[in-house]
Amino acid sequence: MTKMAMTATAPAKRYSNSTYRTIQRLRTFGLYVGVAAVLVYMLFPYYWAIVSSTKSGQALYRFSLLPSLDFSNYRQLFHNPVFMGALVNSGLVAFASTMISLVIGILAAYALGRLQFSPGRIILIAVLMISIFPQVVVLSGMFEVIGWLGLYNRPSALIVSYLILTLPFTTWILTSFIRDLPTELEEAALIDGCSRLRVLTHVLLPLMGPAIASTGLLSFILAWNEFLFALTFILTDENRTVPVAIGLLTGSSRYEYPFGQIMAASVTVTLPLLVLVLTFQRKIVAGLTSGAVKG
Amino acid sequence: MSAAERMQRQQSRTAWLFLLPLIIALFGVAIWPLARSIFFSFTDAFLDAPANYGFVGIDNFIAVAEDPVFWRAVKNTLFFTVISVGLETLLGLAIALLLHRAFVGRGIVRAAILVPWAMPMVVSTRIWEWMLNDQFGLVNKLLVTLGLVEKGVAWTAEPSLILYTVIFIDVWVTTPFMVLLILAGLQLIPEEIYEAAEVSGVPHWKRFWSITLPLATPAIGVAMLFRTLDALRMFDLSYVLAANNENTMTMSIYARDQLISFQDLGLGSAASTWVFMIIGLIAIVIVGVLRLDRTTG
Repeated sequence: MTKMAMTATAPAKRYSNSTYRTIQRLRTFGLYVGVAAVLVYMLFPYYWAIVSSTKSGQALYRFSLLPSLDFSNYRQLFHNPVFMGALVNSGLVAFASTMISLVIGILAAYALGRLQFSPGRIILIAVLMISIFPQVVVLSGMFEVIGWLGLYNRPSALIVSYLILTLPFTTWILTSFIRDLPTELEEAALIDGCSRLRVLTHVLLPLMGPAIASTGLLSFILAWNEFLFALTFILTDENRTVPVAIGLLTGSSRYEYPFGQIMAASVTVTLPLLVLVLTFQRKIVAGLTSGAVKG
Repeated sequence: MSAAERMQRQQSRTAWLFLLPLIIALFGVAIWPLARSIFFSFTDAFLDAPANYGFVGIDNFIAVAEDPVFWRAVKNTLFFTVISVGLETLLGLAIALLLHRAFVGRGIVRAAILVPWAMPMVVSTRIWEWMLNDQFGLVNKLLVTLGLVEKGVAWTAEPSLILYTVIFIDVWVTTPFMVLLILAGLQLIPEEIYEAAEVSGVPHWKRFWSITLPLATPAIGVAMLFRTLDALRMFDLSYVLAANNENTMTMSIYARDQLISFQDLGLGSAASTWVFMIIGLIAIVIVGVLRLDRTTG
């Protein structure tokens, strides 16, 4: 790989062999120093959160860079019913809104990506416009809708309201995925007399596994991380989601801030996301960029 | 009716059928709530009894426009958006150029930079709040040890610093997104152009200015558009760091405050309709500029 870098950056000017080699070596060294700096900038804060989460009492205020393997913060956290309840709520809400968005999104994406249909373009633009809506703009109207549905202060209020975030997103990305799939198989199935729905469920769906996985994961992250609706539509502690629980975690005064516990909660909430993101890294990048670069 | 026409019509009917769930769902969670929010802006309703209202014309819009706190929030939001999107773009471009080169472990590094992006904003805010704490924060400890400051700086409390702290955290969180989008743009540039330039002896900096930058501009433009619209509606970072502190209050925080803290449905809806109009106007201007760029370039 380093060899590739060398040939790609070979200068047009002529140097003696040894000068050339020194320049190349310096350049490669510079590249790795730069990459290391980027990694420290991006990862150190999370590392520091892990280190701090394993310290308690006075150890928290000393600056040792190594974790001290004291798990009392985690023990306290896992015995905290509000936090554990919030974890369950967050998981349920994010999972349910993602599933609903995927089903509706796949149906819509098939129509928008495959069928000859002139209003399709306008609908796609409307979907994109909804996804850039500031959430606060629909807040009072959403309040009323949730009241009508009788869902105020219930986690299901969030499943409904998160559709405004996840639905445009899944529709948009799945549409661009479907457009990229080859049409031959479908045409053959249609000639054989399959219905459109059957073509979608039996021909396209098996091909869309990776696309659905990455879209679903991104939508899950979107819903898991949401803050404004979760703060507004949920009143009592036992129905809260994790971001709000962490956002509202404070001590009795500014000087009794439970930083150790906050860091333990932060690490716990982020860990499953990081495992998922690092496992599906390639697919996530494909999903994120396909929507943006082509759109 | 010809066979082609019949097929066209049948396809269009199927398309509507497939789109029906989407249209119903988006009507219920987006279009209708938006319409109701705009409707409430013209009333004097309160949140505890929304059915009990009278029409007050544009009084609410005037009341919001006459509130200096609202304009403070608008100013904060615009300042935050311009500075952080600008910094994110520069930093994102620099990191993307670095990661575009071939080196050992490139795949792992590209995965690792996703970490700040995947975290909930609340968590990132809390981690930086801890690192920037005036007494026990690592950053201040480092600055004091290096002799740069005499005692810890209150990054998250000092009124003149807090908005910059918000910008700093936002840049950390969203730079990975910028890097990803710009990297995808860089990968679309054909290698041959660079090879040709190299053979003709075009120097490095000139290759960057006349090949990389112009060809990556569409990707950078789209990334900046997304980020700008996202920054304009920012809520969670400022709220977790400073609640409704006027120094960091954004338009979204102001509108929610009127609605929830003061229970004023009419005024809060008018404030959010103002936010909608301001962001809509900015979006139209940016999309116009991008279009113009595409047709002339």
